[in-house]
Amino acid sequence: MHDLGGLDGFGPVEHEETEPAFAEDWERRTFRFMVGSVGPLGGNSGMFRHSIERMDPAHYLSSSYWEHWLTGVTTMAVEAGAVTQEELDRRAGGHFPLSRPDRGVLPDDLTARTKHRYSVGDTVRVREWHPPGHTRAPRYVQGKCGSIVRIDPASNVSDIEAHGGGFVTDPLYCVRFTSRELWGDGGNDGEVVHVDLFERYLQEA
Amino acid sequence: MADHRPEDLAPVEARIAAIEAVLVEKGILDIDAVDAIVAHFENNLGPMNGAKVVARAWADPEYKARLMSNGTAAIAELGFSGPEGDHMVVVENSSDIHNLVVCTLCSCYPWPTLGLPPKWYKAPAYRARAVREPRTMLAEMGTVIPDDVEIRVWDSSAEARYLVLPMRPAGTDDLSEEQLAGIVTRDSMIGVQQL
Repeated sequence: MHDLGGLDGFGPVEHEETEPAFAEDWERRTFRFMVGSVGPLGGNSGMFRHSIERMDPAHYLSSSYWEHWLTGVTTMAVEAGAVTQEELDRRAGGHFPLSRPDRGVLPDDLTARTKHRYSVGDTVRVREWHPPGHTRAPRYVQGKCGSIVRIDPASNVSDIEAHGGGFVTDPLYCVRFTSRELWGDGGNDGEVVHVDLFERYLQEA
Repeated sequence: MADHRPEDLAPVEARIAAIEAVLVEKGILDIDAVDAIVAHFENNLGPMNGAKVVARAWADPEYKARLMSNGTAAIAELGFSGPEGDHMVVVENSSDIHNLVVCTLCSCYPWPTLGLPPKWYKAPAYRARAVREPRTMLAEMGTVIPDDVEIRVWDSSAEARYLVLPMRPAGTDDLSEEQLAGIVTRDSMIGVQQL
């Protein structure tokens, strides 16, 4: 449910001028819990993000941001064998909702690369493959054409790290898409969207 | 979750207390060690840092040139660096271009310069609409961008974290750099506001 770009129906942005870093103490404790636990539990940022992405969609949309963190990192603790669902329910005095099991699999291509194949100005198409696991290729750009506007250093591929494949680098690009390319008749002139994408997400247009 | 009615759920306060207690008892979570990090976030990180970067860029053209060519290094000159700020890209507003930053997949945000993101930045409405109808969404938020100004949206989907360099308001020629920093808002550096 996390891949929200372009979804309709959420209504106005409920903007506030200022707010404290943590509105309530449990939020601060949740932040502290994540910062202090993901590493010792054998996790990494890809695994952490995917622990939240695996939340039940209804729970994801009906809970606050910090509850996402609480649910995801606790799921990681259960999966690491540090605690059971039963013990959590007993200690919390009620049901402790967790994320769904990880359905993701490692990508086929585990080759590390550092040399960029594309250049600024090249037109590329984003591969369309919609993996069941973690990816940083948003659904709204998959299958779409854009032009490369910036080359970033090769970096760790989240899709691999999140599913236990370790640290594998891939060249990284910033790709510009027109609103019309992304949304067709529902798009607008004079609006462009940039998305940062790994080379393995891209193909020649 | 789907098998449980909302009234069966333990309150979030009881949930964090439960998992925290387990991990402390097992020696996995060292609360004292992490408390210092949390305090750093609460006390030292926030939009007042980004405001200093913007004010310096307005006041010093050479600094601005460095900021635009290597954001990470130029921001580190002012002492701001660390997680979620290791690859900073600064995007400049002009009379022809307005920039807007979002993270549609989660909540990526430049922590060293802006702190932790506000609630609305992490909420579905902003994440869904910023890439689909940015001009309409901004107008609803009170920021009307004329049709002849291109809106450039930056979805923070990988390593880069974006900071918007707002246009310097007219009539600020006499302000000191410190005074300039005082007029730079969090929202202007995300791109949901013009100064």
